[in-house]
Amino acid sequence: MRQPKSDLQNSQNIEHVAKLANLPLSNAELAIYSEQLDKIIDYINQLNQVDTKGVEPTFSVREITNVFQTGEQNQSLTATEALQNAPVHKDNFFVTKGIFED
Amino acid sequence: MQITKLSLIETKQALLDKQFSEAELNQAYLDRIEKLNSKLNAFLHVQTNKVGIPAAIKDVISTKDIPTTAASKILENYLPPFNATVMNRLAAQNISVIGKTNCDEFAMGSSGENSAYGKTLNPWDLGRVPGGSSSGSAAAIAADLAVFALGSDTGGSIRLPASLCGTIGFKPSYGRVSRYGLLSMASSLDQIGTFTKTVADARLLLEWMSGTDNLDSNCLQEAFKASNTDKKDNLKGLRVGVPTEYFGQGLDQEVAKVIKSAISKMESLGAKIVEISLPHTEYAIAAYYIIMASEVSSNLARFDGIRFGKQRDQFGAEPKRRIMLGTFSLASGYYDDYYAQAAKVRTLIRQDFARAFTQCDAIVGPVSPTPAWQIGEKVTDPLAMYLSDVYTVPASMAGLPGISVPAGFVQGLPVGLHVLSKYADDETVLNVAEVFTEQTNFAKEKPDL
Repeated sequence: MRQPKSDLQNSQNIEHVAKLANLPLSNAELAIYSEQLDKIIDYINQLNQVDTKGVEPTFSVREITNVFQTGEQNQSLTATEALQNAPVHKDNFFVTKGIFED
Repeated sequence: MQITKLSLIETKQALLDKQFSEAELNQAYLDRIEKLNSKLNAFLHVQTNKVGIPAAIKDVISTKDIPTTAASKILENYLPPFNATVMNRLAAQNISVIGKTNCDEFAMGSSGENSAYGKTLNPWDLGRVPGGSSSGSAAAIAADLAVFALGSDTGGSIRLPASLCGTIGFKPSYGRVSRYGLLSMASSLDQIGTFTKTVADARLLLEWMSGTDNLDSNCLQEAFKASNTDKKDNLKGLRVGVPTEYFGQGLDQEVAKVIKSAISKMESLGAKIVEISLPHTEYAIAAYYIIMASEVSSNLARFDGIRFGKQRDQFGAEPKRRIMLGTFSLASGYYDDYYAQAAKVRTLIRQDFARAFTQCDAIVGPVSPTPAWQIGEKVTDPLAMYLSDVYTVPASMAGLPGISVPAGFVQGLPVGLHVLSKYADDETVLNVAEVFTEQTNFAKEKPDL
């Protein structure tokens, strides 16, 4: 069986994963995680010893699809409730970073 | 009468008989929390109620207008504007929230040491961990700080601390109890369950909390209702499977002795003991850490500091580590080798259990490979910590119901017996656990605090 090589010790790779994860990590954190994750991934690589040819994946043990709700209106949060934990809000809206300009 | 020693069922009866008032009941528990919480750090927040039957709620379960932090700095000031479905169902039964319990941050951990608000200590030995992630809920019940507690179990987070703290910790079948309002960790595995003083309490709580919920489409339609209500004092006719793989390398020999003696006890109660094999056990942790971390990285993306919570740099070390691992395993180029392969291994683990359950009605074994370990012992080695869940994770991967019940002690530290059954057969788990706890005295033992 092929052994995938994670190579998270490579600083570019670990920085790429942090960027994908939207995590602002310090250089010290990047160094610790690259070492720890490499060790964990080494352990996880034993999965490739398992013969899974012809085996269907399990994504959920509840073998159900298309659960329908009754078409009734449910009680939902008021705007005040929905905004009560927002760090910044204005005119009953969440304030987010601007995409083109602030 | 010591009010704080009573089970939920006994407490309800005592209130009906007017042996004490709800105010006296709440005060008795508040006094005990006042006395012991500074030692144990089991609660992050305490409510001074005068009414209702007081329950301790893990801080990953949303409680309307009561702080819910997931033991994380990122949710330090968060006040949920709604209740989790379980909280509404419990409120309808006159249950009140006496406090929110400490846990590993976002339910990620096996020792209770990953909380941003300080670790919880084991009531049996303050130098040792209580187990995690539902650390505060387990410690609270071991120390009689509430009538019962709620926890959540993704890979063992109810059963492991129950084992290490000598309480009864029950994880129902996946989908049995609505997850709505539970802060999502790994959605294909997360399940709310209970810490109780008796198995009968766990059964009653499952009847109250289970049943269809429009807000969680995974939820089983039928509410759980115990069908066999004749109390039994034996296990005649029950086939109990003992997996060879759960007694191999890594299992503490003293723990093995306690579990083997529990199995002999079950045999003397009339059970037929059958040796079974779960050959993919050794791959369960590896597959779990891919699947769980992948779901974590997706679920925790919602913490963007816009609608609620602080910025993402406020996550602690373990959530960051798992978000990184999950993001990596889902990344382009790695998906087939990691996530897809893990999902197939998950199928093989389910098939192992399906084959085993043609030979037996319940499976028993250890919950934890060791009793409670020293504080700090595993914190610098995440992989060693992950392997603490080796006996609880396989059942989680298959969605099975499982319970930890006190089965003895190793050098004064509690050891839990693990009882599992087929998917949706929560009743067998509860019935077997009830006979075992009533025919032994271990569940009645309490730490000296």
